[in-house]
Amino acid sequence: MKFLALIAANLKRKKLRTLLTILSILVAFILYGYLSAISRALNQGVSVAGADRLMVRHKVSIAQPLPASYAGRIARVPGVQAVTHASWFGGIYQDPKNFFAQMAVVPEAWLAMYPEFLLPADQREAWRRTRTGVVVGRKTAQKFGWKIGDRIPLQATVWRKMDGSSGWEFDLVGIYDGAEKGTDDTQFFFRYDYFDEARQFGKGLVGWYIVRVQDPAAAAAVAQRIDDEFANSPWETKAETEGAFLRGWAKQIGDITTIMAAILSAVFFTILLVAGNTMAQSVRERTDEIGVLKALGFTNAQVLALVLAESCLLAGLGGTLGMGIAWLLISSGDPTRGALPIFFFPTANLLLGFGLILALGLAAGILPAAQAMRLRIAEALRR
Amino acid sequence: MSQQAEPTDCARPGPGSAPPTGPTDGALVEVSNVEKVFRRGSEEIHVLQGLDLRVARGEFLALMGPSGSGKSTLLNLIGGLDRPTSGAVRVAAERIDRLSDRRLAAWRARHVGLVFQFYNLLPVLTAERNVELPLLLTSLSKARRRRHVAVALGVVGLAHRTRHYPRQLSGGEQQRVGIARALVTDPTLLLCDEPTGDLDRKSGDEILNLLQRLNREYGKTIIMVTHDPHASARASRIVHLDKGQLSAEQPA
Repeated sequence: MKFLALIAANLKRKKLRTLLTILSILVAFILYGYLSAISRALNQGVSVAGADRLMVRHKVSIAQPLPASYAGRIARVPGVQAVTHASWFGGIYQDPKNFFAQMAVVPEAWLAMYPEFLLPADQREAWRRTRTGVVVGRKTAQKFGWKIGDRIPLQATVWRKMDGSSGWEFDLVGIYDGAEKGTDDTQFFFRYDYFDEARQFGKGLVGWYIVRVQDPAAAAAVAQRIDDEFANSPWETKAETEGAFLRGWAKQIGDITTIMAAILSAVFFTILLVAGNTMAQSVRERTDEIGVLKALGFTNAQVLALVLAESCLLAGLGGTLGMGIAWLLISSGDPTRGALPIFFFPTANLLLGFGLILALGLAAGILPAAQAMRLRIAEALRR
Repeated sequence: MSQQAEPTDCARPGPGSAPPTGPTDGALVEVSNVEKVFRRGSEEIHVLQGLDLRVARGEFLALMGPSGSGKSTLLNLIGGLDRPTSGAVRVAAERIDRLSDRRLAAWRARHVGLVFQFYNLLPVLTAERNVELPLLLTSLSKARRRRHVAVALGVVGLAHRTRHYPRQLSGGEQQRVGIARALVTDPTLLLCDEPTGDLDRKSGDEILNLLQRLNREYGKTIIMVTHDPHASARASRIVHLDKGQLSAEQPA
């Protein structure tokens, strides 16, 4: 700590240069933070996917429905512990921009399949008793100011009612929370029996099945058995683990992780050159001062450490401020107004960010530091 | 890192002690048959050639000679800033030319105070921070470092300029800060390379008065490189160098 004043004083030598370098590092780390949150959001399902859950959809596309009667046949496949289904609704609440996922499900079976959705017992009971009941995630409820007892109207885009109207109304009976930070708490679940009875067409069909297997290690074999069960039928299936299903979903947009890594690599390489140049100039300008420090008794190792510490301080100031600003921006909410239901700065990426700061500081400082370390005193003082 | 026993304990041996006037058998500095060769491409430059010199404890020695005579090179060897090509350099009976780089750095921190022609203060540090620099290599607490700095700046008459940056000080004041930095660890040896070379006569005289006082009142052993006969007249002994060899020696 006693050397901190000396290290900090050196950064104040050329204030504008230091400020510009810190700003460039800061921008890089804002970008890093923001891309981390976006990548996490797009891959969120994969990271929270249950290892023991399979998704069973129509072989052609998830947009193609499957018969509700498949539930019993799937339940009889060896290795299957439980089965339930969901159907996409795709309605609009007031404005198409107000996007959130809406699904028709079987309440008890759904909550049993997804224990990460936490719903109080009295609200479960209310859902069981109310045919038009709906349960929504805390984030969506807060976003629209909904409270239990509210009647929520949705405009259907596909599923008209028996009377030909497209207006559906639901009674809010429960608000669920996520068991973990990464759990999606923006969704809107209502009862399949109400949906199936009231819709004009598609009766007896479901969107997809979710299956819990007895042994996660045998998930692939169970998936194959399910597909075999329905092979050559009018509705052939494609069963896969929830993680694989969600990875495929995310990859429809692109390999986000690879794109993010490519962008960040380019940014960090540029920043490394900027910071490295700053440090090299700074050390070159004070060759005589480094000579004086050595003449006073500073060892080569101490001079090396001083320059590296200066470089790390530079990276630390820019990087920490950048990640701080990124955190504030991310905390202010999803920039897409709902398309990224899970949007936060992941702790792992935050820690990795500090690792990157240290690596940047060391990489930018190592050459000038080695140069300073090798400097011969008499030669430095002659300059 | 070595800890100084009593930095800035400038009271040893105390004001009024009579300084030795020439080398004694118990020499503090002993340079024996030293050669220093610099290589510039294929060319070899013999800067010092079989040079012998002894400096007694408490002596104030002036090293004079024309440019290129090897004065500063000799000072660098005595201060452990450079190593001889051959020969031996002993300070307080220790062969400093044989010390490793790390031990030599620790030795410099403990035994040598350096005063430069162009002061060589760090422009980004205040006077007191500059003086504190050598103490950062000790294990002294912050409070004790501050006390030592205050004493050293007091000795050079700059107690009122502690928070000033070098650019806010005159040349003479900057050199006094440089002397305070050299003194603050209470070193065995004070090595001054043209300490008045960048100063006007009045400021130069003030610096010479200060060095003389440090020698006479505080018993500091001083080796000063200078071109200036006016400066060398303050020393207790003058040694002339020419072409890397001692050419003449005289009491001041």
